[in-house]
Amino acid sequence: MHIDIDEISKSFGTTTALHPVSLSIPSGAMVSLLGPSGSGKTTLLRILAGLEQPSAGRVLLDGRDATGTPVQQRRTGFVFQSYALFRHMTVFENIAYGLRARPRRTRPGSAEITRRVERLLELIQLPQIAARYPSQLSGGQRQRVALARALATEPRMLLLDEPFGALDARVRRELRAGLREIHDATGLTTVFVTHDQDEALTLADRVAVMSMGRIEQVGTPAEIRGRPATDFVRSFIAAGAERLPA
Amino acid sequence: MPDRALPHPVTTEPPGARALLTLAVLALTLVLLIAPLAVVFAEALREGLGAALAALTERDAWSAIRLTLLVAAVSVPLNAAVGLAAAWAIAKFDFRGKAVLITLIDLPFSVSPVVAGLALVLLYGTHGWLGAWLQAHDLKIVFAFPGLLLATLFITFPFVARELIPVMTEQGRAEEEAALTLGASGWHMFRTVTLPNVRWALLYGVLLCNARAMGEFGAVAVISGKIRGQTTTMPIMIEMLYNEYLSVAAFSMAALLAALALLTLALKSLLEWRHADLLSAMRRH
Repeated sequence: MHIDIDEISKSFGTTTALHPVSLSIPSGAMVSLLGPSGSGKTTLLRILAGLEQPSAGRVLLDGRDATGTPVQQRRTGFVFQSYALFRHMTVFENIAYGLRARPRRTRPGSAEITRRVERLLELIQLPQIAARYPSQLSGGQRQRVALARALATEPRMLLLDEPFGALDARVRRELRAGLREIHDATGLTTVFVTHDQDEALTLADRVAVMSMGRIEQVGTPAEIRGRPATDFVRSFIAAGAERLPA
Repeated sequence: MPDRALPHPVTTEPPGARALLTLAVLALTLVLLIAPLAVVFAEALREGLGAALAALTERDAWSAIRLTLLVAAVSVPLNAAVGLAAAWAIAKFDFRGKAVLITLIDLPFSVSPVVAGLALVLLYGTHGWLGAWLQAHDLKIVFAFPGLLLATLFITFPFVARELIPVMTEQGRAEEEAALTLGASGWHMFRTVTLPNVRWALLYGVLLCNARAMGEFGAVAVISGKIRGQTTTMPIMIEMLYNEYLSVAAFSMAALLAALALLTLALKSLLEWRHADLLSAMRRH
């Protein structure tokens, strides 16, 4: 699905989280919102999901104004930073949640739900963990279950908030590849938020670099690396490059 | 760091100290908790089970028992619902006046129950602020069931909210938001995510609330007017019987009240024991 962010701004009381920002995300793309903490990237992602209302501006989904569409009807697959798995439900129940939450007339039968959950568990390569509780999973497993849960409702777009933030480096690399594969297989328009330059530049097709509630530059990873548009982008990318292992 | 054998494990106390501490706790429990309970039951049964039961089935005593159960049956669900709503608002949202609301919820804990009862009499009594209006509309609150209910609601208001606020604050909004992005309606989210996540705290709050609702004396004593057979709840009845030197009757009623409290505790333990696996799985998350 094609996403248009049209002059969106957001303030919380007296603090401005987003100055009017605009961004166009083509259908099927994988876009990263990159920036330091407090740059407004998570706020923007939450506005896309309908979890926050913008103070001004519009969100267009496939050209249609969706600014006032309630979160339940946005049909976004959202992966939360801490995964927000339902702690009192098994992995199976977590993934099935969105299907079971549907109104009776569109709700799949229980055999169909089981089939879909099993297929998703295979997609995330964890077919054996259906009966476990989130507390019994490793960080990487939780992240993949959160992804499967978000995909179960057949969303129109996939939104991820720091999807690899809480994981160690090796697991992170594995899961990055996994996310890219799932994105390529499903063709879902995907937006993920990260503060990690390396992650944004290696994984995304397009990167929007954000700072202080503004989008500093939008471009392909090569453009961001090769032709930083502002001093902020240059120093932010350089700072990241220094941290990379040789 | 050089490998050096320690003289004794650093993470545990010496056996002597452990035994001493355990004994101290046991002794304290015996003196403070078990002994008074045992005395109550012993006194109740001093003239045999028959006498105790006869005292409880006496007309006024029986009416006190029914009244107490009725007050608890109405006030506990009401306070559970309101406490849940208050805790949810406080834990999950920021709004003006939140600090004031938290303080207000604690008010019944800090105000003496007698004062609370007097305040209600001043407000709703014949010569109270609303007294004339209530009389004109033939509504009776003081010295009647509505008064008992109001006093009990006031006294037990903090129990559920107080139990829930820390749990809900710690859990945050993420799981609820996840449910919403997955298409759940507000009510479905509440039923399948919010409520199950706090069910143990809610249960505990409800049990405490129930124990206090049945046991409240001060506020209820003031507003009830102590009309025998009409507005006397169990605690008030116990006091009246005791003052009349009817000690078997008084202690029988006291034993029954204590037994009701013990029953709620047993119920809670049973539930915790039956769901131990799930409980520990949730806590480790």
